[in-house]
Amino acid sequence: MTEPLTVLDPTAEATSGRRSLNPRPVGLDGLTVGLLDISKPRGDVFLDRLEEQLTTRGAMVRRYAKPTFTKPAPVDLRHEIATQCDAVIEALAD
Amino acid sequence: MYDRGWSDGLPLVPPTRERVLRMLEGTSRSADEVVALMPPNLVDCTVEKVAVNSVMAGCRPEYLPVVLASLEAICTDDFNMHGVLATTMGVGPVLVVNGPIAARIGMNSGVNVLGHGNRANATIGRAVQLVVRNVGGGAPGGVDRATHGSMSKLGFCFAEDEEGSPWTTLAEDRGFGPSVDVVTAFCGEGPRILVDQQSRSAESLVRMLAEGLLASVSPRTVMGMDGLLVLSPEHMARFSDAGWGRPRFMEELEKFLMVETDGILAGAGGIAEGLPEGLGGLTLPKFRPGGLLVVHAGGPAGLFSAIIGGWLNGPMGSEPTSREIIQ
Repeated sequence: MTEPLTVLDPTAEATSGRRSLNPRPVGLDGLTVGLLDISKPRGDVFLDRLEEQLTTRGAMVRRYAKPTFTKPAPVDLRHEIATQCDAVIEALAD
Repeated sequence: MYDRGWSDGLPLVPPTRERVLRMLEGTSRSADEVVALMPPNLVDCTVEKVAVNSVMAGCRPEYLPVVLASLEAICTDDFNMHGVLATTMGVGPVLVVNGPIAARIGMNSGVNVLGHGNRANATIGRAVQLVVRNVGGGAPGGVDRATHGSMSKLGFCFAEDEEGSPWTTLAEDRGFGPSVDVVTAFCGEGPRILVDQQSRSAESLVRMLAEGLLASVSPRTVMGMDGLLVLSPEHMARFSDAGWGRPRFMEELEKFLMVETDGILAGAGGIAEGLPEGLGGLTLPKFRPGGLLVVHAGGPAGLFSAIIGGWLNGPMGSEPTSREIIQ
């Protein structure tokens, strides 16, 4: 009988923390909605239209943009959105 | 090991304790030293974890310093490995090795340099990708959702042919002294062949190379994407015979890499893709200053060179990044 082969773990041996999403808002009236442009071409076209739609439904809109779509949003920007908004919509485009 | 998601699709060498300990003898660095903050999960990656993945990739211990330096290069804000991994474009780190270490560990800079058949070339690039996958958590189907992918995502590493080149090396061009062991990471796709079998003069060949380079990534990009040109020995001979060094070559090449923007505006020629109208009437270089890297490599026969197209460059994307290889 052959000995069992022991191999070392090539992974980080860590599990990502999981956080649950906030409950989905029942309506938009009086809510502050953040619109995050990831800085891809024409993202602004999409978000401009969303802003119009949201505003007519009674939401207040705040606009944000990542410096570049190729890198994760900076921590400060994520913190700003989290503290200023009730909901956020992130837009890709091309 | 397949079932645990550790493989890139090819068989792996089981990372037993003995093999990992032997791998660690390839570096003077301690096993618990943190090499880099590994994207996309941003976890501390130790020398030991790199050694485990290097065993699995099939590396010999003497390759480990190159793997470590490569990881240090790509895990920087400049190189932006997170973005390189996450983009839908099929790009990955292309690793070019300069210095005496290349010959010492048996790297290939000659026949089939961008292809198969050399253990060091094949396994160093693979080890780097396995670390990103296993330590960083960047597996295809997860954060990596590239439309087509490319061989540069499997592992793409080669050495410059320094001995056969009359020019300064890529590493020297990037500010390192001669005989320093350096790895340069370039975010690129797979190689595309540029054929010129008829030019007998430097003046003719430089024009032909420029014509090929103008189509790198897309004929409608200017300055936004870098390129890596791999000049073959027979093509290099045209320039060395004419007495052209690297500076003269770059100067001549750049003259033919100027683009009239009117021809590549959105809508020009019935093609919607292109530059915004506001950029009309200009003459711009295909590559930003310093955006075309040139190395000498390949077999002694064959009137071909190769172009490896880049990705979004500079602070908005990825900057070519070099690191000294420490034993």
